[in-house]
Amino acid sequence: MEQAEQLSFDFDKVQPHFNTESPDDIKLTLGEFSGPLDLLLFLIKQERANIFDIPVAKITDEYLKYIRLMKSLDIALAADFIVMAATLIEIKSKMLLPREILAESEDEIEDPRQELIDRLLEHQKFKNAAEMLYERVTIEQAVFRRGQIETDANNTETNANVFDLLTVFQKILARHKEEVQLEIHREEISLAEMLKTLRKRIFEAKELNLLQFFAELHTRRELVTAFIAVLEIVRTESVKLTQSATFGAIVLRKI
Amino acid sequence: MEIEEKQPRSISEIVSIVEALIFVADEPITVKLLAEVLEEDKETVEAAIAELSGEYDRREGGLQLREIAGGWQISTRTEFHDEVRKFLKTRPNAKLSLAALETLAVIAYKQPATIPEILAIRGVQSASAIKTLLDKKLIVAKGRKETVGRPMQYGTSKDFLIQFGLRDLSELPSIEDFEDLVQ
Repeated sequence: MEQAEQLSFDFDKVQPHFNTESPDDIKLTLGEFSGPLDLLLFLIKQERANIFDIPVAKITDEYLKYIRLMKSLDIALAADFIVMAATLIEIKSKMLLPREILAESEDEIEDPRQELIDRLLEHQKFKNAAEMLYERVTIEQAVFRRGQIETDANNTETNANVFDLLTVFQKILARHKEEVQLEIHREEISLAEMLKTLRKRIFEAKELNLLQFFAELHTRRELVTAFIAVLEIVRTESVKLTQSATFGAIVLRKI
Repeated sequence: MEIEEKQPRSISEIVSIVEALIFVADEPITVKLLAEVLEEDKETVEAAIAELSGEYDRREGGLQLREIAGGWQISTRTEFHDEVRKFLKTRPNAKLSLAALETLAVIAYKQPATIPEILAIRGVQSASAIKTLLDKKLIVAKGRKETVGRPMQYGTSKDFLIQFGLRDLSELPSIEDFEDLVQ
């Protein structure tokens, strides 16, 4: 179950279990299974079965029941869980087949469960080892070492004296000197001035092509001021905006 | 620059210097490194550590001297973790998931271990557990195995020893000891 990877857990608390009050109504308390082998071990424990003599039919049923429950709970089922289900069904069907008659003694009949048993035992060992690691790290988290000692290596603000500061300051001054000073003069034109210009132009020529007027202007600031001036003049004076055709020239005309 | 003749140090002096060095070292400090700094032989340093270790045990103070990840380290005793934590205003780190711990156990015992080998034991894909362990620097990649698919091999790191309080890998109990049978 890959999605449960980052969750913290407690070996004592998070043990999944079925609450089987009535056989038809299985309530499931979901814990964390680290994989299909883990689930299988849990089910064998649940059934109080012997690991060396797994009741395959029963365990397979339980396993499939669990997988169906996980599905209905909308848990994305990892492929590994499905593979185990297939393995169980395979073993179950093998066990239903009549034993090899040709085998001479009991010993030669290989238990179809053997491989699974070996895997379960191996997994059990590592599960216990994981528990040991868990205990170790828990103890270790109760141990503290001294905090970091400040050294030049781990401190970004390393020691600097007044002379270091002075040297840096002189460098900055030198760099400053080399810089070419570029002075930018902002040409200010007020709305009142723009209105005055506009009015003059309209009343002299009776009409004014807006596109031409705007083309004479250079800066963004002037254009904005001119635009506002146009709106203002239309609103306040006897001037109207006309356009003879769609997308045609817009002309300011004295009424 | 030592101009004057070096005076041979007394044992108690060496013990004190060893303690000072272990205290300032950021990581567990090895006998080899201590010997180099002190310009004494390893045996002398080991004797000094044994003496120092005895002092710590007899005193039963707030600190302990431990051998971790092949070096020596001074740390607080576990008994006082509540108070220390309260002072440091820290909480225990997020614990590893069961999947990550299991994967770590497999790598610790089977190293160098490949992903297919881990899959065989755990019965589940362990890619994200491995990523978690790599992110936490508990495991390191140890090159590729010369087999089909040339899978990457993983082993435990020095951080693993430090975080799990191990002197070295041999301190891990034998995997056969975990063979308790499912009832």
